[in-house]
Amino acid sequence: MTYGVRDLSVRFGEVEALRGVTVDVPAGQITSLVGGDGAGKSTVLRCLVGQVAPDAGAVDRPAKRAIGYMAPTSGTWRDLTVDENVAFVGGVFGLHADQLADRRADLLARAGLDGVGGRLAGDLSGGMRQKLGFVLAVLHRPSLLVLDEPSTGVDPVSRVELWRLITDIAATGTAVVMATTYLDEAERTSMMHVLDRGRVLLSGSADELADHVPGWIETVDAVDDPSRAWRRGRETRQWHASGKPPARALRAPDVEDVVIACMLAARERRDG
Amino acid sequence: MAELGSRPLVEASHVTRRFGSFTAVDDVSIAVGAGEVVGLLGANGAGKTTLIRMLLGLLRPSAGEVCLLGAAPSRRIRRRLGYVPQGLGLYVDMSVAENVAFSTRAFGVDLDIDALGPELAALGDRLVGEIGLGRQRQLAYACATAHRPDVLVLDEPTSGVDPLARARLWDRIRAEAERGVAVLVTTHYMQEAQQCDRLVMMASGRVVAAGTVDDIVGDLTAAEVTGDAWGEAFAALAGAGYQVTLDGRRIRVPGVDPTEVSTVLERASVGGRVASVPARLDEAMVVLDRR
Repeated sequence: MTYGVRDLSVRFGEVEALRGVTVDVPAGQITSLVGGDGAGKSTVLRCLVGQVAPDAGAVDRPAKRAIGYMAPTSGTWRDLTVDENVAFVGGVFGLHADQLADRRADLLARAGLDGVGGRLAGDLSGGMRQKLGFVLAVLHRPSLLVLDEPSTGVDPVSRVELWRLITDIAATGTAVVMATTYLDEAERTSMMHVLDRGRVLLSGSADELADHVPGWIETVDAVDDPSRAWRRGRETRQWHASGKPPARALRAPDVEDVVIACMLAARERRDG
Repeated sequence: MAELGSRPLVEASHVTRRFGSFTAVDDVSIAVGAGEVVGLLGANGAGKTTLIRMLLGLLRPSAGEVCLLGAAPSRRIRRRLGYVPQGLGLYVDMSVAENVAFSTRAFGVDLDIDALGPELAALGDRLVGEIGLGRQRQLAYACATAHRPDVLVLDEPTSGVDPLARARLWDRIRAEAERGVAVLVTTHYMQEAQQCDRLVMMASGRVVAAGTVDDIVGDLTAAEVTGDAWGEAFAALAGAGYQVTLDGRRIRVPGVDPTEVSTVLERASVGGRVASVPARLDEAMVVLDRR
């Protein structure tokens, strides 16, 4: 089963938020949307869950009851305790009390939240609150799980735990799609879609992306075109749109360099 | 520019800070020299913020000594410092031009809004709350550096921006360092960490590792499982209580011997090849944090 969006276009008044965006979300895999603030990630996800109606394009999703959605602010109620949050969402989805009790115990233990059931969600650390948001999103065993920046504000140790939960859900056959601003996180997913100004800039697994560089990326000592150069630590890179491979061309550029080169190419195309 | 000979511009020696019976920072030493970009890493609660507050002179150490530009931190010394907090510290109900005027007056410098470059100058009359987050970040950075500080402290400087904008911000941070500024960056993002010259990693109030990315990762390895049955491999290892991470379709277990992982997989009748690979920086953090 594959869910997703095809040729999606969305306008908000004068602003073209998305143009021709296609993203497949297959079952049993983690798909990522990566880009900066305003790139269009949230709009794609909100179309997918039915919160935004697209101006053009098709959306393929399961029935509403089979969708799990975690909003960027984790979707927890800060003035309710952890247990009350779970009970409330369980009630919304009509889970029976005994079903809910088993599910709650299992999920809270997996998330490392057992023992904090009586704490207010607002008193949890950022990482714990995001994990609670995740538990709430998967409580009803959705077949499509949509996570909008689940790891923002989560420290690296909690992030590993959150990733374990996400992987666990995908491994049991759920179709998972997540938005992130971080490439190193997107790199770990089966398929990443880089969004820039409402369009898909490039798509592929991390291993495939290096083949998408238009032209060459070179490590240089002296920059001859600052608009096409950027630094990585003590090194400086420069992008060449075409021509013969330069002397110090990167053979296997990492995802960060690939995406920067593609963004430069897209800007030059657009700005002429 | 600060002239302290070879002395670091920022220096903490054996600082400890206790809050009641809780020790937030425990015997930490850290130094940032002119022209250096040092990254401070650690999970929430590791003590990074408390350490920064002591370095800035906002909090007194319970023990140990802090030296900022060769002296104890004071209001006068703080004028030579630029700080961009994670929340950016801008006034969202004021215009871009008013924010610039306010922060430059506070530091006693003159700055024309046109000097901020055409993109920001064009937004002069707009309320900060109405401009994009990328531009806000650019503005916060411009405000914090307008008085040409000798020391820059940046809290997750590039969170939420796209890779190209992040590269442009790092260009500016690097340019500051090249002009002799000491830069201290707190982050928990690996891409930011990799842009630093040197890293200091904290856990539970202590420094647990320091040096370059290679120094910190050192000999730490992860057991990596490849094969079609990644879901089953994941379930078997996570079920056995291992801290499992995912990399594409490969499963990784940081800090664990491959033979141990093979045994778990065999017992669960799951196929797959297991190899020992160098740990990533984030995996090293998890392993070091647990020790």
